[in-house]
Amino acid sequence: MILQHVADGILSGAVVALGAIGLSFTMKMLRFANFSHSELLTWGAYSALVFVAFFSSFGGFLDRTIGPFSFGASLLLAMPCACIATSMVALLLHRFVFERLSRMAGHMTMVFASFGVALTLRHLVVLIWGSDPIYYSRELQFAILLPGNVRVMPDQVFLLGLTVVVVIALHLFMSRSRAGISMRGVAENPDLARASGVNVDRIVTWVWVIGASGAAIGGVLYGMTVQLRPELGFSLILPLFAAAILGGTGSLYGAVLGGLIVGLSENLSVMVIPTTYKPAVPFLLILAILYFRPEGIFGERSR
Amino acid sequence: MTAPHVLQARNVIAGYAFDLPILHGVSVHVDAGEVVSIIGPNGSGKSTLVKAVAGLVRVSAGNVRLDGRDITGVAAHRLAAEGVGYVPQTGNVFATLTVRENLMIGGAPLAKAAALERIEEICDIYPILKERMHDRAGSLSGGQRQILAVARALLTRPRLMLLDEPTASLSPKAASELFSAVRGLARDGAAVLMVEQNAKAALRVSDRGLVLAEGRNRIEGPAADLLSDEGIGEIFLGFRRDAAKTEGAG
Amino acid sequence: MIGLVSYIVFFLILSLIFGVAVLGLNLQWGFTGLFNAGVAGFTAIGAYTMAILTGPARDAVFGGFELPFVVGLIGAMAASGMGAAIVGLATSSLRHEYLAVATFGIAVTIQLVCLNWEYLTGGTLGLIGIPNPSKAWADGPLAQNALYLLMVLVSVGLTFAALERIVKSPWGRMLKAIREDDVAAASLGKSPERVRLEAFVLGCMIMGLSGALYVSFIGYVSPWDFLPILTFQIWTMLIVGGSANNRGALLGALIVWGVWTMSGFIISRVVPSEIQAQGGAMQAVLIGLILVVTLLIRPRGLIGEELHVSRHAGP
Repeated sequence: MILQHVADGILSGAVVALGAIGLSFTMKMLRFANFSHSELLTWGAYSALVFVAFFSSFGGFLDRTIGPFSFGASLLLAMPCACIATSMVALLLHRFVFERLSRMAGHMTMVFASFGVALTLRHLVVLIWGSDPIYYSRELQFAILLPGNVRVMPDQVFLLGLTVVVVIALHLFMSRSRAGISMRGVAENPDLARASGVNVDRIVTWVWVIGASGAAIGGVLYGMTVQLRPELGFSLILPLFAAAILGGTGSLYGAVLGGLIVGLSENLSVMVIPTTYKPAVPFLLILAILYFRPEGIFGERSR
Repeated sequence: MTAPHVLQARNVIAGYAFDLPILHGVSVHVDAGEVVSIIGPNGSGKSTLVKAVAGLVRVSAGNVRLDGRDITGVAAHRLAAEGVGYVPQTGNVFATLTVRENLMIGGAPLAKAAALERIEEICDIYPILKERMHDRAGSLSGGQRQILAVARALLTRPRLMLLDEPTASLSPKAASELFSAVRGLARDGAAVLMVEQNAKAALRVSDRGLVLAEGRNRIEGPAADLLSDEGIGEIFLGFRRDAAKTEGAG
Repeated sequence: MIGLVSYIVFFLILSLIFGVAVLGLNLQWGFTGLFNAGVAGFTAIGAYTMAILTGPARDAVFGGFELPFVVGLIGAMAASGMGAAIVGLATSSLRHEYLAVATFGIAVTIQLVCLNWEYLTGGTLGLIGIPNPSKAWADGPLAQNALYLLMVLVSVGLTFAALERIVKSPWGRMLKAIREDDVAAASLGKSPERVRLEAFVLGCMIMGLSGALYVSFIGYVSPWDFLPILTFQIWTMLIVGGSANNRGALLGALIVWGVWTMSGFIISRVVPSEIQAQGGAMQAVLIGLILVVTLLIRPRGLIGEELHVSRHAGP
């Protein structure tokens, strides 16, 4: 029983981690709490729906499922397309809302604006795709029985595998590429980065693209293993903030670890509190971390 | 017609807020191979001046020229690529990054291969950096950090080097090493503009000095003259604490 | 004609009830700079307290004390204030966006309690049969609503007058000082932490009053009335009207609620019935856009802060 909760916790934690990476970066580098970040997961998931339909329409192998999974090559192709589409949404928001506000107003104004943006994005999804749950595929799949009587679906194994791949790729990007190193430099000291010749606007574009792509992948994986609902992202606002704050903003590993902690505590909490109160768990984590270690696990203690 | 100064700032008015200028029309020029020190009391606008030249503080009036070309209002990262190196007073290294990563960021305007080659050259000049290449900059000593900060700014072979209180937190030994490094920069042909709290030591390694007070040019001249002028020393440079006797500086 | 008058009365009652909550938020954000993203939660506490104190007795549910209306109002304010004090003590050192995240979380948690703690809140069904005092005093819906409007007007008037006095008092100047600069404010004598907490609690009490007025008017309380969209609406009212100006807060409530109901009316006429469910989404998109566009083109709102800040904010 416990092991099943642990397995479920890791799986939901993986989705939270993918979303939290971008939130954590924007909180650190753009210096505002973006309440609309979670809507990027929703947009990623729903935009993939369009691409899946597009690729499936070619028929043949694109329309067939792969091995034990519920999805086919069309979804694999749809994922990078969803990343691009979601990045475009994020960059448009940056260009027309957040960047302008950051120049003319304080960062709290950006927080309100993100409220308005979140509301608009979420309800646009309802307008376009309706409010009923949608699935990428209705294919049946058979659970895999792991030792300890733990059941996982093949799709969930894929979810975990892809998350690991994404995190490793991001790790390499942040530690090896010049853009990644500059990004960490901007996170620590934007003025020094500027004076060293780093084009901060370009780095900010990278931040949005990485954040939106992580969110899109997280959204697709959530849609694949649970379902697509317009409130998909909204219900993840608190888990994402909890993960980003727990890990310490601006830290890749912090966001990943934070995501896992949030996923595990949510799923293990049902052993002690009624399931209906599960959504309050991330909030309690936020309060606890802000009280005991406000800079997060991986965050630098501010002077 | 003589060659233009490497740096020529004229009547610069600048500050952090629109309506609250800190500099009220400061002018300064630096030639290649020359070290110019800016000295003056706290709050006189010394740091603001170098930040304005580096493109980090908005210049609302006046102009800044680099080799005769107007660079007023050009973004900081562009200036870095154009040959302006800047070492701020505090937070002058990326503490969470390794020494190598710090240098990589300094090489941001260069092509990757050129940056790597330049890092090799820099490490030949400052061997300590080679030793600590993969350590986090936060773990370096104060003097090593300062060297890293200068090395980072040197990556692009700047023609103009801006140093904001480079010796502020250094031991006397490290400070004198740093000053000789500054002299070395000028010998290699760079124009150096340096803000210093320790006016006496700074003037000793400088060719000229500029005394700022309340955001305006107060006195300027060859470093040797400023050093020997007792009145200036007393009022602006804090050579002697009992400033009661002599009156009238310039 | 009577229809129109009844409608206007009905509209004014609701928008002024919202206006009360906006006044509370204005004290927190406009004057003190506290970002409360959990307005819906504190309004809900007031609403449920009112329902429990004044509602009829019922089986298997706590409360039903059938206490008088005014006692309900006071109780609602006290309960919201207490909730705010607990939250404020836990979060008073949290500033800016962390406070926004924390209060957002509180509202989510309060909503979960409303939905699930059936013994206290009636669960998803909510609590019904909350008495409206105007029904005892007047005959016919129009007269009753007109009387209730009068009661709401008195509540708004008292709240408005009290807030106007408060923000002009030394304590009120302290609030603005805190908003501008914590460190400087500390030099004025009182602890900014403490004053911030006081402003947070007082603002939430006013939100509780708003919730209480709301349930007495519509006669029931349901967890679905306190969704996060309520927080958005109240924020939009404040931003549109102009924060740090109590007149602006009320004006914003009238305008935004007007836009909301008008758009709902138009959508219900124009949009085919099979996609009526989407109508609410259109309204939400509209409110979201109004908030963002106001921030971009008129960040001070319609009537923003009056700019005669006293520089001599001495003791």
